[in-house]
Amino acid sequence: MRNPQLNSNGELTHLLTVEGLPRDILTHILDTAESFVPLADREIKKVPLLRGKSVFNLFFENSTRTRTTFEIAAKRLSADVYNLNISASSASKGESLLDTINNLSAMQADLFVVRHASSGAPHLIARHVAPHVHVINAGDGRHAHPTQGLLDMYTIRHYKKDFSQLTVAIVGDILHSRVARSDIHALTTLGVPEVRAIGPLTLLPSGLEQMGVRVFTNMAEGLKGVDVIIMLRLQNERMRGALLPSAQEYFKHYGLTQEKLALAKPDAIVMHPGPMNRGVEIDSSVADGKQAVILNQVTFGIAVRMAVMSIVAGA
Amino acid sequence: MTPTPPSLDAEALYVRLREAVRDLMATLPAGRTHLVGIHSGGSWIAERLHRDLGLPEAPGKLDISFYRDDFARIGLHPQVKPSAITFDVDDKHLVLIDDVLYTGRTIRAAMNELFDYGRPASIKLAVLVDRGGRELPVAADFAAATIELPPGRNLVLSRNGESFKIDFETLPPQEPQHA
Amino acid sequence: MKICIQGGRLIDPANGIDAVNDIYIAAGRVVGIGQAPEGFSPNRVIDARGLAVLPGLVDLSARLREPGFEHRATLESEMQAALAGGVTSLVLPPDTDPVLDEPGLVEMLKHRARQLNQSHVYPLGAMTVGLKGEVITEMAELTEAGCVAFSQADVPVTDTSVLLRAMQYARTFDYALWLRPEDPWLSREGVAASGAMASRLGLAGIPEQAETIALHTLFELQRVTGVRLHLCRISSAAGLELVRRARAEGLPVTCDVGAHHVHLTDVDIGYFDAHCRFSPPLRGQRDRDAIRAALADGTIDAICSDHTPVDEDDKLLPFGEAEPGASGLELLLSLALKWARDTQQPVSKAVARVTSEPARVLGNKVLASCGQLGVGALADLCIVDLDAHWTVSEQSLVSQGKHTPFLGMELPGKVRATMVAGHVAYEAAA
Repeated sequence: MRNPQLNSNGELTHLLTVEGLPRDILTHILDTAESFVPLADREIKKVPLLRGKSVFNLFFENSTRTRTTFEIAAKRLSADVYNLNISASSASKGESLLDTINNLSAMQADLFVVRHASSGAPHLIARHVAPHVHVINAGDGRHAHPTQGLLDMYTIRHYKKDFSQLTVAIVGDILHSRVARSDIHALTTLGVPEVRAIGPLTLLPSGLEQMGVRVFTNMAEGLKGVDVIIMLRLQNERMRGALLPSAQEYFKHYGLTQEKLALAKPDAIVMHPGPMNRGVEIDSSVADGKQAVILNQVTFGIAVRMAVMSIVAGA
Repeated sequence: MTPTPPSLDAEALYVRLREAVRDLMATLPAGRTHLVGIHSGGSWIAERLHRDLGLPEAPGKLDISFYRDDFARIGLHPQVKPSAITFDVDDKHLVLIDDVLYTGRTIRAAMNELFDYGRPASIKLAVLVDRGGRELPVAADFAAATIELPPGRNLVLSRNGESFKIDFETLPPQEPQHA
Repeated sequence: MKICIQGGRLIDPANGIDAVNDIYIAAGRVVGIGQAPEGFSPNRVIDARGLAVLPGLVDLSARLREPGFEHRATLESEMQAALAGGVTSLVLPPDTDPVLDEPGLVEMLKHRARQLNQSHVYPLGAMTVGLKGEVITEMAELTEAGCVAFSQADVPVTDTSVLLRAMQYARTFDYALWLRPEDPWLSREGVAASGAMASRLGLAGIPEQAETIALHTLFELQRVTGVRLHLCRISSAAGLELVRRARAEGLPVTCDVGAHHVHLTDVDIGYFDAHCRFSPPLRGQRDRDAIRAALADGTIDAICSDHTPVDEDDKLLPFGEAEPGASGLELLLSLALKWARDTQQPVSKAVARVTSEPARVLGNKVLASCGQLGVGALADLCIVDLDAHWTVSEQSLVSQGKHTPFLGMELPGKVRATMVAGHVAYEAAA
C-alpha cells in the first residue's frame, strides 16, 4: 500500500509520522530547516513562500506551546493562520471529526495542523481531504509527533554532526509517548547505530526491540557512554494509574541528576521536548546546566516546522 | 545583439567582468560597498572577485529559493542552501553578481530578499552573460557578453579549481526556467 | 413442491459424501440421494452440473441488529444477506436493545423471523439480566421461548461467584453456556492486540493473557460444575493450546473462531484501517497460523461470521474510537473455502466447519437435521459455484453493513441459489 504521506510523484504531501519515510526526505527537511534558521536574526523574519495560503491549527488536545510555534512558523512563511480550539466547541457538541474537516475545507483551508488525542486521527483526515490540502500531524494520541522528532534530529545534527557514530538514550514514559516513537523512527532511519530506551517495565511498550531499540530498566547502565540523552515528560496522571507509586520514587531511579549525567560522555547533550517537570524527571541543575540544549530545541522547532510546511505545501 | 556564438570563453569573460567591477567599486564609497553573489554561479564569481580584487569583507550569498515566483507550480527547490548576509544591509551600496541574466525573475527575487534584510542605498548588477529574453524590466549595469539564445537552450557555468567554464545545453521540453 | 437437483457435486460431511449425486426433495425434506424414490415426478428440475450442493450453512454468530439497532441493519436486509451467503441457520447473540433476557422479546423476534419465511433463526438468551453480570435470567422460560443456549455476548462477567452460579444453574437443566473468554481488566482499555504493531501505532494493547486467564477461570469452574461450554471467538495460539488440553482432559468444551481471524493479523491494520478493528482483536502471525492448524485438526469446531453490521458514522473514526466488527454473512462460505485453499485442506473439511460441525455444537435436541443432507433431513441447502470468484464491494454486498476489511478483494465461491425447507429462497442474478 502506498505511503499515504507521499503523492504519486513520491513527494511529501502530508507529514503524519516519521515512520516509513525514506532517509533522503528526512535529510531534505533538516537541510531546508537550516536555511530558515538565519531568518530569526533578520529584521524581517518573513519569507513570502506561503503568502495567500490559509493554515488552520486544529487542536483537539490543548497545547499552547506547540500551537504557538506552528503559528509563528506559518506566519514567518507569510501564511494566514487560524487557530481552532475544538475541545471547546463543535466536537463536544457531537460533530464528527470528518464533518469538522469538511466544514473547514469549505472555508478554503490549504493546510491543517492537527493535534488529536486518538492515534491515527491525522491519517483519517489525510484520507479524506481534497488533493491540494495538506495535513501536518502535531501529535496524535501516543502514536507520533513527527515535527518534534525532526527538530530533535536537527538539534542532534547541529551539536553532533554525524549520526552514524552516536549512542542515543530516551528516558521515561515511552509507553505513552508519541515523541519517543517519532524519535526512535527518526534515529533509526538516519542511521544512529545504538538507540536505547530506559524506564521501568510499566512504562515500556512491548515490541521495542523490533523497532531497533535496546531496552534498559537500570538508568545507570543505560546512560553509560551515551552521546545524547532525551528526557521525556512524566505526566501526573501516570502516578495515579497504578503505573508508578510516586514522583519521589521515580525521580530517585529515573530522574536525570548530575551524578547520572556524569555516566554519559563528557560532551553528551541533554534534550527534553518540554514542558519539564523539574525534580520529577530532571534536576534543575541539569536542566539549566551547560549540557542542556533544551532552549535551542525550541528555536530549531520553528525552523523545522517552516521547512515541513514549505515542503508539503509545494507538493 | 550578437547571435549565438559557437562557444564562450568563460575565463576571458571573467577578466572583463573583474575589471568592470573594479572600476565600478572605485566609484562607490569604500567601507560601505559589498558584493552579493546569487547562488550558485554568482556566488562562485563573487568569491573569486573578492580574492582577486582584495576586498576587505566577504561577499554576501543569496539563495533566492524562498522568493521565487513559481512555488505554486513546482514547489520548493530540492536543494536549498542558507542565504548568508553577514553585514548590515541598511544604507549600503550593493553590487549583485550573477552568472547569467535571462528573464530577470531571479534578480527580482534577489532584490525582494535583500529588501527583507534592510534598505540598501543602491544596488548595481554585474553579470557574466546577458542572454536576452527579458520578461521583467531588469537591466544589468555591466555584462561581459551579450548574446541571443533561443528558449530551448541553456548556459551552464562550471568551476574547475580556480577557473570557470561555460557550456551550452539543450533543455528537455517543458522544463521551467527562472533566470 | 417436488424438486430434483441434478448433476451437482453433493458435499455432505456429516454423512461422508463428496460425489456427484442427484438430490430429490419433497414436502420440504430430502427424500432421495442418487436415486429417485418410487414414482417421483419433479415439479422443478434444477441443473447443478459443474456446481456443488452443500447443506445450508449454520452460522454460530450473526447480529441482525433487531431489536434496537435498526439504523444499522434490519431483519429484512440481514436475512436477505444470509440467503445470499448460503446461510440457512443463524444463531443470534443476545446483545440487542433491549437485551434478550425476557421470553416475550425472544418470542417476538422468532415471530418476526418466521414471518419472513427465510433462514432459521436461533436466539441465544442472555445469561444474566441486562447482561449486567449480576442476576441470572429465567433460563428455563427463555428456552421454552426458543433460546438454544445462554451467552453474555461481548460483556465479560466480572463476578466469578455469579459465573459459578450461572454454570450450576445451566447444568441443572443441561443448558449450554456460550462465553467469550476475555478478562475484563486486561481488555478494558485496549483496542488492538498487544505487540509490536500496537506499540508502533500507539494503540492501547490487549495482551493474550486477557484470553488465557479467562480460559483458565472458565475451565476451573467447568471442572467443578460439569456445564457444557462453547467458547466464542478464540483469538490466540496460547488460548487454543488451553482448549486442546481441556478437551484432552475430557471437559465438555467446543469453540469457534471468527472468519476474519482465520485470515487477518494485526499487521493488516496498516495505516489505522478501522475495518480491522475487531473484538477480540486481530492477533499476530503465530496466532493466525495456530488458528488455521486448529481448524485442520478439529480443535476449533466451527468458523462463524460474527456478522456485525456497523454504519458509516461509527467506522469513519480514528481507530480507537471506531466501533469493532465487520459484515460477514455473505463472506462466511468464501472465507471458509479460502482457508481450505490457502492451507491445502480438502473442501469438505471447510464445508464441515460451517455446516455439520456448528450443527453439532448446537446440539441435536434442537435441530434434528441441521447441517446435513441425509434422507429425511430438512431441505436446507445451497448451490455453489466453487470455481467462481466474486469481488467484495458495497454494490455486491446485500447486507446493510458495508464495512469489511475484504472490500475490494476477490474471494472464491459464489452462491447460486439457497433453499430453505425445500423452498428456493434465493437465486443469484445470472
